[in-house]
Amino acid sequence: MARRVGIIGAAQTKYGRKPEMHLQDVAFEAVQKVLQKTGLKFTEDGSGIDATISCSQDHWDGWTISSKNVVNGGGGHLRPEEKVAEDGAYALYYAALCILGGHYDCILVVAHTKESQVDGRLIENSGLEPLYTRMLGLDFTSCAALQAKQYMHTYGISHEQCARVVIKNRGNAMHNPCAQAPEILTVDNVLGSPVLSEPIRLLDAKPTSDGACALIIGTEEKAKKWTDKPVWIEGLGCSYDRHYPGYRDLTDPLSLKEAARQAYGMAGISNPRGEIDLVELSEYYSFQELLWSEGLGLCEPGQGGRLIESGATQIGGEIPINPSGGLLSGIPVNVAGLNRAAEAAIQLKGEAGGRQVDGARTAVIHGAGGVCGQMHCVISVRREP
Amino acid sequence: MGERVGIIGMGQTEHRFIRPDINHEEMINDAVRLALEDADLTIKDIDTVIIDNMDLFEGHYLADGMVVDGAGMYMKPGLKMNTGGTSGGTAVATGWHHVASGIFETVLVIGWQKQDASPSIAALATAREPLYDRGIAAGAVGIFASMGLSYMQETGCREEHAALARVIMADNARRNPYAHLKLDLTVEDVLKSRVLVWPVRLLHMSPTSCGACAMILSNEKRARKAARPPVWIRDLETVHREVSVFRGGCVEPQPAISAIEVAASKLYKRNGITRPARDIDVWELYTPSSWALFPWMELFSICDKGEAWRLVEKEAIRIEGEIPIEPSGGVVSTNPIGASGVIRVAETALQLRGEAGERQVTKKAETGIATAWGAGSWIVMFYLSKHS
Repeated sequence: MARRVGIIGAAQTKYGRKPEMHLQDVAFEAVQKVLQKTGLKFTEDGSGIDATISCSQDHWDGWTISSKNVVNGGGGHLRPEEKVAEDGAYALYYAALCILGGHYDCILVVAHTKESQVDGRLIENSGLEPLYTRMLGLDFTSCAALQAKQYMHTYGISHEQCARVVIKNRGNAMHNPCAQAPEILTVDNVLGSPVLSEPIRLLDAKPTSDGACALIIGTEEKAKKWTDKPVWIEGLGCSYDRHYPGYRDLTDPLSLKEAARQAYGMAGISNPRGEIDLVELSEYYSFQELLWSEGLGLCEPGQGGRLIESGATQIGGEIPINPSGGLLSGIPVNVAGLNRAAEAAIQLKGEAGGRQVDGARTAVIHGAGGVCGQMHCVISVRREP
Repeated sequence: MGERVGIIGMGQTEHRFIRPDINHEEMINDAVRLALEDADLTIKDIDTVIIDNMDLFEGHYLADGMVVDGAGMYMKPGLKMNTGGTSGGTAVATGWHHVASGIFETVLVIGWQKQDASPSIAALATAREPLYDRGIAAGAVGIFASMGLSYMQETGCREEHAALARVIMADNARRNPYAHLKLDLTVEDVLKSRVLVWPVRLLHMSPTSCGACAMILSNEKRARKAARPPVWIRDLETVHREVSVFRGGCVEPQPAISAIEVAASKLYKRNGITRPARDIDVWELYTPSSWALFPWMELFSICDKGEAWRLVEKEAIRIEGEIPIEPSGGVVSTNPIGASGVIRVAETALQLRGEAGERQVTKKAETGIATAWGAGSWIVMFYLSKHS
């Protein structure tokens, strides 16, 4: 990248079921917090935030044109606002491109979802091909179960190895004040929880969650001016795989590899495991953390199980994954990718408290979308020494 | 500023009420192939793909994921935008920022809607705030009825003038091979069509169309080598506005400050446009109802307040006129919603290329304004020019 884009500040709501809150108020809480934290305002003259890029989905909001939720509270009133209808990592990806393009110097990125107000399985079912597949009654969990089975069978990944992801992430969440479901769990707890879709059990999946996350990013000049600890976005990548899971080798996340290739190439990362200090990735199900680790080049194909067993992905390990607690400790869909970015920024700023990865300078942010991880977005970030 | 952005290829499908012969992915593929052919490129030359669509209208969650093969997105970067009626404009803006960033040389932008696949009007009913607004206001007709009513009260405009505006757009649409409704209308025909919400009659409203439009944008280096003369998107502006009745939005049809005025004044100022009617040669405004044309013309400063209906009465907005507006026949003739914003930009670019065929404006066209409107009051606005 010829120019640099910096993360100036990040804020989020506490995640959890919020029946008492209007959708707009959920988004507004995160926006208000990030404005307070950074001291920035929505302005017209370049002295503050120039534009808003939001992320939400009409289906999850039950609301055609769901960005209407952030017009008032997100700075969209009589101002530029654009909605990315993908995972939140894509909103950050696009916002960074807008800054590079020079039209805006400072952008608020905000994502919100209130999962508890809808039946997510019906939404996911409408994400499948309408003529032949939808009527089978599949949702993303039952499709992910097919992926899990194939992955576990092909590489001999055990359910215990998957359960260790749950134990690690929910345990990490004990130190995250925003986390919905911090808990000390055992392998027996996970394997003894009710089956959702074999082999995925209740604790292998992320809980239903409501919440919002907001980030402010800017040009190099603005970032240096408005924060002592800018975090620089250095690599951007995203890619689509085919839609129908039957056309894919579900054990080989090609679009993730492609997104990582783009981002690493831009950031000059040749040895991800050696050069990256921490990873915040989007594991909607426990086995996906192992599979996505392989796709991100943190270990060889099929070695995800050994990676978790080795302890390398723990907070004190060689390559900590999801020190925040990950999606498994409760992050809403769409917010997921932007929350990964917020957590990575908090780590690199050294503000992560009990979940801090010591001396973290580089991080990778990963967002995923679609059935069995059809689309992936990878962003690499770095702080100055 | 970043890289300059040129339009180097365009393609649109025919637009119809229903397309039982084709699925959504095949329809998109038709538009993509036409755009690639127009630019003399193959899909391998495309660096990234931007899609826009209103997924709740379509009944498909993550509708972009379903059309990967047809759109040529396999293993390519890309994303989906959705901002309501403005979606097509937002998608072109997104493509613009992608090229301007310097990271991508070529961007394929695809807007589409297949309204025969699900009841889009039922989905539109969810466009209002659920607790307070949804029960009292839904759909688009009421917005234009109150707009038309207040415009008549405040000016000398009569129903005949809105009917004449509709007739002119129908006349234009008959000269556009891609238009959906190619009606042969008289003012009397429009005035006799049934009332939806007075003064909006059936013929004043845009149809529900199926269709797709694809556009290829590139940086200056690529555009200079392009097969067709590039048209430059010199500048753009997006402005949204709170529309909730409950939360202090526009109970009144013409809110005190319009998003259009804010966008237009910023864009004109940055580009030294002091007299839009003189400085801009061709206009493709996103007018979902013929009643919207009058306030739009005034908010875009094409004429003074209260004067738009007089320009229509003089028929100055015709293809041969001094201020040609909607030479394509406009949204009121063709409305595949997610594609409509992309079509406005593509039709303007076609005029500036001088390749608009029978609908080519008579005056020399070197600059144009294309817009997308949606969500009750939002706007995306583009300033196009033959010159970089």
